[in-house]
Amino acid sequence: MSDEAGSGPGQARAIVVGHGEFAGGLVSAVGQICGMADKLVVLSMMGMTPESIESTIREQLAQTGAHVIFTDLPAGSATIAARRIVKDTPGLVLVSGVNLATLLDFVFSSDASPTDAARAAAERGKASLIVVGR
Amino acid sequence: MGIHLYRIDDRLIHGQVVVGWGQPLNIGLLVLVDDLVASSDWEKELYRMAVPPEMEVRFVDVATGIRDHAKYAADPRPGLVLTGDISSMYRLVKGVKAIGSVNLGGIHHRAGRAEKLRYIYLTPDEEQQLRELEAAGVEVTAQDVPSARAVPLPEVLQGAAR
Repeated sequence: MSDEAGSGPGQARAIVVGHGEFAGGLVSAVGQICGMADKLVVLSMMGMTPESIESTIREQLAQTGAHVIFTDLPAGSATIAARRIVKDTPGLVLVSGVNLATLLDFVFSSDASPTDAARAAAERGKASLIVVGR
Repeated sequence: MGIHLYRIDDRLIHGQVVVGWGQPLNIGLLVLVDDLVASSDWEKELYRMAVPPEMEVRFVDVATGIRDHAKYAADPRPGLVLTGDISSMYRLVKGVKAIGSVNLGGIHHRAGRAEKLRYIYLTPDEEQQLRELEAAGVEVTAQDVPSARAVPLPEVLQGAAR
């Protein structure tokens, strides 16, 4: 499958949005680990109405051509806004509960389409949650 | 157990509500009082997926919220009643006549609203409705999360705590 959003250097493939500084922190960690933070657009939703969260995400999707939205909590207002956008945007994928392992897998999956990459990355993120100890 | 919190929050069901308040108050019953959401299966499904499994959610319009308030209050589980705007809570309080306090949790910037707190913006009409509630004996405070200070309405309206 072709990479609709493009995978060249500097071309964002996904939007990351969450509570507080969560998105910026995660993406800065991606940058520190592999230097590919430019594949991701950071959005903070602090102090925004649900309507402005939704319109800001829509604007960023239009500007970047990204086809994936990563959010933190399933109960978050960013997730609610993203689900409204997914409803009327064919080909757009939402992944909630994002973690660092998910994002790292996603930015390295440049051969897959963004939506396929997001699905595979979500599986990797789930597998990264392990409990050690007795 | 009764209703532990009456909250106005324009984000409706989200992290601060189900986790921030829901966990420490051990909320088992969440009542979202919103005419628009109550009339739309899609909206109800959207917000239902944001509710953790240990919590039951009910979606009702304001008229039903007034009619069934005594049932929510008599439920054995701790309850949280939520509206998305001041006018819905105003109508609920006026209709129920047994609500002693209202929490302002998030009313964000929109045209015509002035900043009062980081998370509270109000139009003159909204200010007036809140003043009327307090004049009727309802304690109105702003508090986004349980660990924050509950800011009394006069202080909110002065914008002094910004």
